[in-house]
Amino acid sequence: MRTVVIEPVFEAWRESARELLSLRVPPSEVLWSDDAREPALFAPANENLPRAVVPNVPASFLDMARSVAAHTDVRRWSVLYRVLWRLTHGDERNLLAISPDPDTRQLQQWCKAIGRDIHKMHAFVRFRLVGKDEITGREQFVAWFEPEYRIVRLAAGFFEKRFAGMDWSILTPHECVHWDGSAIHFTPGVSRSAVPDDDALDELWRTYYRSIFNPVRLKVRAMQAEMPKKYWKNLPEASIISELIAESGGRVDKMLTTESRPAKPAPKNAYLESLRKMNTPQPPSDAPSNEP
Amino acid sequence: MELHQKLEILADAAKYDASCASSGAARKDSRGSKGVGSTGGSGICHSYAPDGRCISLLKVLLTNACLYDCHYCINRRSSNVQRARFTPDEVVQLTLDFYKRNYIEGLFLSSGIIRSADYTMELVVDVARKLREEHHFRGYIHLKTIPEASPSLIELAGRYADRISINIELPTQEGLTKLAPEKNLARTQLAMDHIRNKIDERHADKRKPDAPKPPPFATGQSTQMLVGADDSTDAVILRRADLLYGDYRLRRVYYSGFSPIPEPSLLLPIKPPPLVREHRLYQADWLLRFYGFTVGEITTEASPNLDLHLDPKLAWALRNRAVFPADVNKASRESLLRVPGLGVRNVNRILSARRYTRLRLADLLRLRVPMKKVMPFIIAADHNPARLGLDDEALRARFLPPPRQAELDFEMPMAAPSDIDSVRTGEM
Ligand code: SF4
Repeated sequence: MRTVVIEPVFEAWRESARELLSLRVPPSEVLWSDDAREPALFAPANENLPRAVVPNVPASFLDMARSVAAHTDVRRWSVLYRVLWRLTHGDERNLLAISPDPDTRQLQQWCKAIGRDIHKMHAFVRFRLVGKDEITGREQFVAWFEPEYRIVRLAAGFFEKRFAGMDWSILTPHECVHWDGSAIHFTPGVSRSAVPDDDALDELWRTYYRSIFNPVRLKVRAMQAEMPKKYWKNLPEASIISELIAESGGRVDKMLTTESRPAKPAPKNAYLESLRKMNTPQPPSDAPSNEP
Repeated sequence: MELHQKLEILADAAKYDASCASSGAARKDSRGSKGVGSTGGSGICHSYAPDGRCISLLKVLLTNACLYDCHYCINRRSSNVQRARFTPDEVVQLTLDFYKRNYIEGLFLSSGIIRSADYTMELVVDVARKLREEHHFRGYIHLKTIPEASPSLIELAGRYADRISINIELPTQEGLTKLAPEKNLARTQLAMDHIRNKIDERHADKRKPDAPKPPPFATGQSTQMLVGADDSTDAVILRRADLLYGDYRLRRVYYSGFSPIPEPSLLLPIKPPPLVREHRLYQADWLLRFYGFTVGEITTEASPNLDLHLDPKLAWALRNRAVFPADVNKASRESLLRVPGLGVRNVNRILSARRYTRLRLADLLRLRVPMKKVMPFIIAADHNPARLGLDDEALRARFLPPPRQAELDFEMPMAAPSDIDSVRTGEM
């Protein structure tokens, strides 16, 4: 049995796995563990590296591994290595097509959790305007976010594409990412105090949030399924949720007891007149009707 | 009037429109530009309101003043609601400000009709033009168009927008005549046809390698139908939806359960339809689009309305027990898609896995298939449901939600959490 301690990033696992595989070490012989030190900053993944660790590993496996590496489950390295072994030495080349297989399923579930975390980061990051670059005139924004997993690098490309025209930083406890108009770069994690608490626009955003809510259709559970409470503390709109819920009953009662309004006759208006005169074509003959 | 107050009025006025999707746009992003914005892939819900609805776009009206008198609408001319009007620049600035803070995916702009359809449409298009041309905005833009506006304006709207839509509102002309006297079904469908042709043209042009690059045009159109404002049955609603999907290739039909509004009209029912009806329609809609069902299978002459207690796929399966059980190791994709509880994703996984292995119940369990629902309808390597009583008359009762307490009996059935999920994901 050998113990392999790696820095918890995909590249480190790939290096070790490549070596173990070439020595033909079966998965049952390896104990994997994370290097407990905060990971030093790695050079960004070199996209030009050959995509396969060894010949015959499907590219989809490497994509999965890259994503699973961001998870925090201690078992992830050993499951990845076992799947790699089964794909290459276990004569199970089609393993990834078999979703019900426990290992495949486990990888899929980790990938799904990572995908969801990335998606929520894309959705719930809130930028605050902190200034303007005096030379370039570009607006500068900062956001604070607390992802569940180590996904900053996986999530960063989206922000680069979307917010190219402004300078921004997203700070997280684990790693930070910055864009200055020409390049993305990463720095170590920081604490929340580095980010201002609010933005001048937050109040307007809350006004929108309040007005777009329909009190007749209160469905708090559905909201929380998609926007779990753990995200609320960094969402400016979340501070009025409980107030909106509390008011909704009264607002609905008021609507249901309002007296109905009669129709108002059409005002004198040339356009409405022309509508009335418009020679309307007959509806198509295959139009559904109320008759069965 | 303060911007704040305008936003309050004009967002409130827009909230009854259910569509908020921001997916399906052509891929574009802000790299190399001075602006912001990206689209492509599936849209993002940046927040959720306590009504469970996704907030992905800044959804506002340019003005809520309106010449029309659509009785289900809070903005109709007979309503005494307070009126407001944004200037195009105000909407442009709000969109950019919200976008840069990552509150939204883009703008969904609609408007009450003032002066004339063309006048209104020009204002709406102007906002989109400014965003795209003056501010290099590459985010999502959805414009609501007015069927009576001139075709050239609709084309211009389509050039700036990722999605355009016209609300059909009600499935029959009869309903419109009564509740939206200015609207006309044939005119609406004519405008949809025009949009469809433009979208098609763009795709056709793109395929010719030597043709000049076609001007950009929206990648899709969608519509909304109100449920429960008139007495149309679900069969009528679904047949209209099916026709719209077929004839005009709509991306989506949104069903919006008529909801009580402040300023109610005398012509409308006071009680809203049960929310679950809207759920069932969305489920039926998925069955039409992705599961190979026809309207005639989902609703029948005897029962033109969907069963509120059971999802429409299960209800169909119980009416058609003779076609079951389906063998998960052998049955065709089409048959598996008809098994209650097997969604598109799991059917794909089953088809892929069974090329290499014979599936047992434990395998399905690992795929998180709802076993209780599926078991009576399938055969697996270690399971044959013969004795589970597919012919049992009581089978339906097994799937009904537990009876409610007596004092709640008058309440309409609610959608189960799994139903709510299926409406979102389309997995049934
Ligand atoms: S046209 Fe009808 S639905 Fe649209 S804003 Fe005017 S009254 Fe409302």
